[in-house]
Amino acid sequence: MPNMKPDKAPMPTQPPQERRHNFREVALGYSRETAMEEATRCLSCKHKPCVSGCPVHIEIPSFIREVREGDFEKAYEIITRTSSLPAVCGRVCPQENQCEARCVRGKTGDPVGIGRLERFVADTHNAGEGAEVKKPQSNGHKVAVIGSGPSGLTCAGDLAKRGYEVTVFEALHLAGGVLVYGIPEFRLPKSIVQREVETIKALGVKIETNMVIGRVLSIDELMDEQGFEAVFIGSGAGLPRFMNIKGENLCGVYSANEFLTRTNLMKAYREDAATPIMHAKKVAVVGGGNVAMDAARSALRLGAEEVTVIYRRSEEELPARAEEVAHAKEEGVVFRMLSNPVEILGDEKEFVTGIRIQKMELGEPDASGRRRPVPVEGSEFVAEADAVIMAIGTSPNPLLKATTKGLDTKPWGGIIADGNGQTSREGVFAGGDAVTGAATVILAMGEGKTAAAAIDEYIRSKEKK
Amino acid sequence: MYRILKKKVLNPTVTMMEVDAPAVAKKAEPGQFVILRTDADGERIPLTVSGYDRESGSVRIIFQTVGATTKKLSMKEEGDFIEDFAGPLGNPTKTDGLKKVCVVGGGVGCAIALPVAEKLHANGCEVHSIVGFRNKELVILEDEFRACSDRFILMTDDGSAGEKGVVTAPLESLIQGGEDYDMVIAIGPLIMMKFVVRTTKAHNVPTTVSMNSIMIDGTGMCGCCRISVGGKMRFACVEGPDFDGFEVDFDEAMKRGAMYRDFERRAYEDTCHLLNKEVE
Ligand SMILES: Cc1cc2nc3c(=O)[nH]c(=O)nc-3n(C[C@H](O)[C@H](O)[C@H](O)COP(=O)(O)OP(=O)(O)OC[C@H]3O[C@@H](n4cnc5c(N)ncnc54)[C@H](O)[C@@H]3O)c2cc1C
Ligand SMILES: Cc1cc2nc3c(=O)[nH]c(=O)nc-3n(C[C@H](O)[C@H](O)[C@H](O)COP(=O)(O)OP(=O)(O)OC[C@H]3O[C@@H](n4cnc5c(N)ncnc54)[C@H](O)[C@@H]3O)c2cc1C
Ligand code: SF4
Ligand code: SF4
Ligand code: FES
Repeated sequence: MPNMKPDKAPMPTQPPQERRHNFREVALGYSRETAMEEATRCLSCKHKPCVSGCPVHIEIPSFIREVREGDFEKAYEIITRTSSLPAVCGRVCPQENQCEARCVRGKTGDPVGIGRLERFVADTHNAGEGAEVKKPQSNGHKVAVIGSGPSGLTCAGDLAKRGYEVTVFEALHLAGGVLVYGIPEFRLPKSIVQREVETIKALGVKIETNMVIGRVLSIDELMDEQGFEAVFIGSGAGLPRFMNIKGENLCGVYSANEFLTRTNLMKAYREDAATPIMHAKKVAVVGGGNVAMDAARSALRLGAEEVTVIYRRSEEELPARAEEVAHAKEEGVVFRMLSNPVEILGDEKEFVTGIRIQKMELGEPDASGRRRPVPVEGSEFVAEADAVIMAIGTSPNPLLKATTKGLDTKPWGGIIADGNGQTSREGVFAGGDAVTGAATVILAMGEGKTAAAAIDEYIRSKEKK
Repeated sequence: MYRILKKKVLNPTVTMMEVDAPAVAKKAEPGQFVILRTDADGERIPLTVSGYDRESGSVRIIFQTVGATTKKLSMKEEGDFIEDFAGPLGNPTKTDGLKKVCVVGGGVGCAIALPVAEKLHANGCEVHSIVGFRNKELVILEDEFRACSDRFILMTDDGSAGEKGVVTAPLESLIQGGEDYDMVIAIGPLIMMKFVVRTTKAHNVPTTVSMNSIMIDGTGMCGCCRISVGGKMRFACVEGPDFDGFEVDFDEAMKRGAMYRDFERRAYEDTCHLLNKEVE
């Protein structure tokens, strides 16, 4: 008999008042017992709607069945047939729009906690000894991967498993992409990313950090001089957007990328960190996505007394994961919806003192189907702030396009690639945020996988000729 | 890890190092920079490539000890390692087609200006160099500048070497005296570049300046290096570091550069304290 409780087994978390002062992980993970109990809520549906909601088609009912039976290693094996970063995706996937959105249990209550179970399985595996990763026999073919975010790491791992000699070139000093520089420690501990990177290295993948491709080496040099037969571009969408309003260059105005990079990658939250960050008291965060939530919650943890998220649409349209919004609220982040900054104000030393905000109301639906926010005349007011964080989106960095002949991009910078990741250049593939614009970890991973298969095919077919 | 091949103290606060970094040496051009971290917990700081040897794969940096990180770097010795050394970053200084250029360097900025002057000289361009320092003790690279300059003017604030005064004085008189430069290239403290531009703008002599904004990634990802050029936001790390001096908002850049001054002073004092303890 399945367990017909309408609610998901709750996720134990650090209490809000405690966690808003530290960078330790917020969600603590299911215990063995809770996981096995939650697993009994799954109905093992024959038509498996949940699987079609997962971008990499994890065999959800099968792995949940193993959790129910207590064979967690088997569950892990099932998940990793199609996903290479389960400990990461179990934490950061927007499950409520993907697998869990399709779960039949969601019709009458909470869907099965698929993400939470996935996380449990991955953590349990990672806590154990784990089978030693074997380095596959080399097939003698060399492939270069640019960028070490989820798309690059997945592509590299998959190719290495097929015997390719893969080198990942990463611009920063640490591998992981957004997983290390963007998503904060309290949501995704860096030790987890580190572990995934080590696994991929154990497969024989070489990771060369400090290599900004396009400057240190070009794609043409990689292929013509260094003997790489194919290249995968997984360079992400890291170029921050600003609003082009007055006062945006004042001291104390950050892009979310800068604020988060200082905090995560450079560990500015630690007392002894070499990299400075402003410990502001009143912080305004502009935007409504995951990035805005991460920035707001990081600001709290750095000691802000008041953090306000400013978003121009209404709460319903907040693009951030529901869980992150709920967590942010519990921690005391204030949400000012239907508001849009029009100017940032500063003092004579050009440090931020406030932000002028205009109220908005919802008008007709726009191209995205969401109701367009329109300014309310005469509604402007000033809110005090000593730091402003812009989290209004990012686009792909133009460097590779500018330094690679014949690599076509969309007008907004996204690399043009077909369903297999093939770009306009022979032998050059691309995936992840570099192609789609800012998206999700799981989509980036999925594209890395697809491209790995396509690269394998491409090199084999060349060999046959 | 990148090995320090050679170290030379140029003056009490300026140090030269040659670092084994073949990938950087292979590609670097005058005007480009690296981002380094001294050790695994260090911050990322930009330093200009002040010379390179493509054959041996070494890169020269010249830096002034101004804070915690440059202090730590200056304590390293030949044979020691630098944790990270990423580059070359930024765009090379445009030198093509220039026939007559005045290179103006201030303080440690001269280390950045030198390879530009050398490249111009090698291209057959007529090079006039004006370099300025606070006093005689701080003068660096004089012989190197003389070797690549058709005219060389040394200035010190107190007159203890060369002529007394700031770099803009001889620049003004050269221009007034009829030297028709295609370009003035100014590299040094923001305040110096601001006044160089004030001088050249009056005579409408095109001027390139090298912007040393605070940087983190150096790849265009964080936007912390942004400056206003002609009223538009530009990222110094990927779109610069060279910009049209007439268009740069120096006042804003100076304020942004001072943003972390208090933190930096504390970090510097802590570092000195720590290093002194280690010595005891
Ligand atoms: C703050 C934040 C929070 C997020 N939260 C979530 C979430 O909760 N759930 C979710 O699913 N998604 C989230 N995302 C989105 C998700 O992280 C991205 O969609 C995903 O990381 C994209 O992966 P990628 O491999 O395409 O690129 P990235 O992760 O961006 O990695 C690209 C890598 O390439 C490197 N690179 C770039 N150019 C070069 C070059 N020229 N040479 C060498 N290396 C280069 C970069 O340094 C970087 O390491 C979040 C993003 C941010 C910024
Ligand atoms: C493109 C570029 C090229 C440069 N080339 C040289 C060079 O060849 N030789 C040289 O001596 N200096 C150079 N600088 C300046 C050098 O980066 C700073 O002096 C150094 O970062 C100071 O670090 P610190 O920890 O020792 O001092 P801090 O105490 O951190 O800072 C002292 C001053 O340095 C500036 N600064 C601090 N951090 C940074 C940072 N991450 N990026 C830029 N500036 C910063 C601040 O304005 C501050 O006022 C360059 C800067 C840039 C942007
Ligand atoms: S990877 Fe993401 S979408 Fe797929 S099952 Fe796991 S949590 Fe759901
Ligand atoms: S839809 Fe829900 S209940 Fe059905 S198999 Fe998937 S997870 Fe289980
Ligand atoms: S230093 Fe980060 S964008 Fe220039």
